[in-house]
Amino acid sequence: MKHIKSSVLLDAFFAKLSHGGALIVLILVISIFAVLLGYSLEALSQLGLEFFTEEKWAPNLEKFGARSAIIGSLISTFLAMALCIPIAIGIAIFLTEIAPNSLKTPIGTSIELLAAIPSVIYGMWGLFYFVPLMRDLFGGLGIGMLSASVVLSVMILPFMAAVTRDAMNTTPDILKESAYALGATKWDVIQAVVIPYAKAGIIGSMILALGRAVGETMAVTFVMGNVHRISWDITAPATSIPVTLANEFTEADSSLYFSALFSLALVLMLISFSIIAIAKFYFLKKVRRGL
Amino acid sequence: MNAIDKRRLVSRVVLILSSISALIGLLFLFWILGVLILNGIESIRWDLFVYEGAPPGMLESGLKHALIGQLILVGCATLIGVPIGILGGTYLSEYAGNSRFGNFVRDISDIMMSAPSIVIGAFVYAVVVLPMGHFSGIAGVVALSIIMIPIILRTTDDMLQLVSPTLREAAYALGAPKYRVILSVVYRGAKAGVLTGIILGVARVAGETAPLLFTSFNDNFYSTDLMEPMASLTVTIYNYATSPYADWQSIGWAAAFMLSMFILALNIIGRLIILKRKGA
Repeated sequence: MKHIKSSVLLDAFFAKLSHGGALIVLILVISIFAVLLGYSLEALSQLGLEFFTEEKWAPNLEKFGARSAIIGSLISTFLAMALCIPIAIGIAIFLTEIAPNSLKTPIGTSIELLAAIPSVIYGMWGLFYFVPLMRDLFGGLGIGMLSASVVLSVMILPFMAAVTRDAMNTTPDILKESAYALGATKWDVIQAVVIPYAKAGIIGSMILALGRAVGETMAVTFVMGNVHRISWDITAPATSIPVTLANEFTEADSSLYFSALFSLALVLMLISFSIIAIAKFYFLKKVRRGL
Repeated sequence: MNAIDKRRLVSRVVLILSSISALIGLLFLFWILGVLILNGIESIRWDLFVYEGAPPGMLESGLKHALIGQLILVGCATLIGVPIGILGGTYLSEYAGNSRFGNFVRDISDIMMSAPSIVIGAFVYAVVVLPMGHFSGIAGVVALSIIMIPIILRTTDDMLQLVSPTLREAAYALGAPKYRVILSVVYRGAKAGVLTGIILGVARVAGETAPLLFTSFNDNFYSTDLMEPMASLTVTIYNYATSPYADWQSIGWAAAFMLSMFILALNIIGRLIILKRKGA
């Protein structure tokens, strides 16, 4: 009898303990938003909307305009996605429909492994090999928006290619075979069977990659230049939210400066949170349920 | 040209185009890998494991401080992140099931897994570094474990759900209480999967640089004190690579090589465990 009693107690204890483990994630998310918001209040209340519309970022004059960082984030992410999407789809089509079986596994696996390489390595490659190339091609410093976008796109490429391939691989063979039996060419099968079937998964994965690209820091910090200016010349140095944070966080010397940086962090968190949430709730839900 | 020829032509053009784009992508990826391996092998020396950091130009300069710091940071983060993640995952799979709370926590963890790591660094700066008054190893540990928890939680959840319900029922039928069933039956059945999750979680966290920049900061000397700033391989790579000194840059490549090989090895081990289980 005593034995059973103690096991009932232990049972309740274990349930509570594991419940706590699950709650910690929620507590973390809520406190991240609360803390970021708390530290942002000073800058947001003092600068108001000007924080978002003003381009000038001059800490020594206590002027903090986040426009160049926010626009920089959007442009670099957009360019990176524009470069990455066609290549990732190309790799995915190559791996699912074109490559002989003997190549599928080695190439597929090496792409997955490349997705695991830390972003700081991509940044380092960008700084030592890609920036000099850009300097030779376009003149100037080589450091800037275009270099950052290319490095960023190379960094998210393995992830995007791998998940796009996985999404395409979910197409049942019997559907493809039926189309071939009707006389379809490979491209007919890809565009009329594979892509429609895997559409939600492909789009969801791309938005997921987009969410990663927006928040990626190290790959771009090396090669962007951290210059708070919006320029039509995409080879010119620029900045983005993560680049500004990485470069200036340890230098902030006034409380308004700090608060402005926390506001940037909050903006970044909101952007990435909503992008990923859209991918998860809107596109990937079906895929997960379906599997 | 009839319709069939046209379709064949279009198909061929598209296949060639996608092969070319695949080639371009793979070219870039292997360029990076090649650069990393060539520079790494050229710069790696036994000395690097013996000496601590030194000012540029010194011969007796190494990475001992960063290697030890990295091990401490990742090790401690694993000690915090893994138990919490496993407990949370256990709750989701064994207690919450498909309930609304369970799915909500799953979605939030998925989102947390892709949250910008630099923002987590900023958060930890506010809650650990500011109250302490200075950068510290412990702040880096907290940042890394925050990144690790959702990863471990989700893989544990997925892996435990794979354990067949009949096994659980058999244990219940023998009169085992729920915690016993979980500890002796469910965990045992999911051991390989959970282990893989842990290995991949460690690999993911080991490559993080951004959250360490303003938490554990950096230190060019050997130190094991978690209350003080602590070196890490990743931040050392960043600092050395962006320095103007050729010898520091070369040490940076060596560090990049070591880190990548460590992370690739973890990933390969994780894969082998999955393969072995599938084969068994």
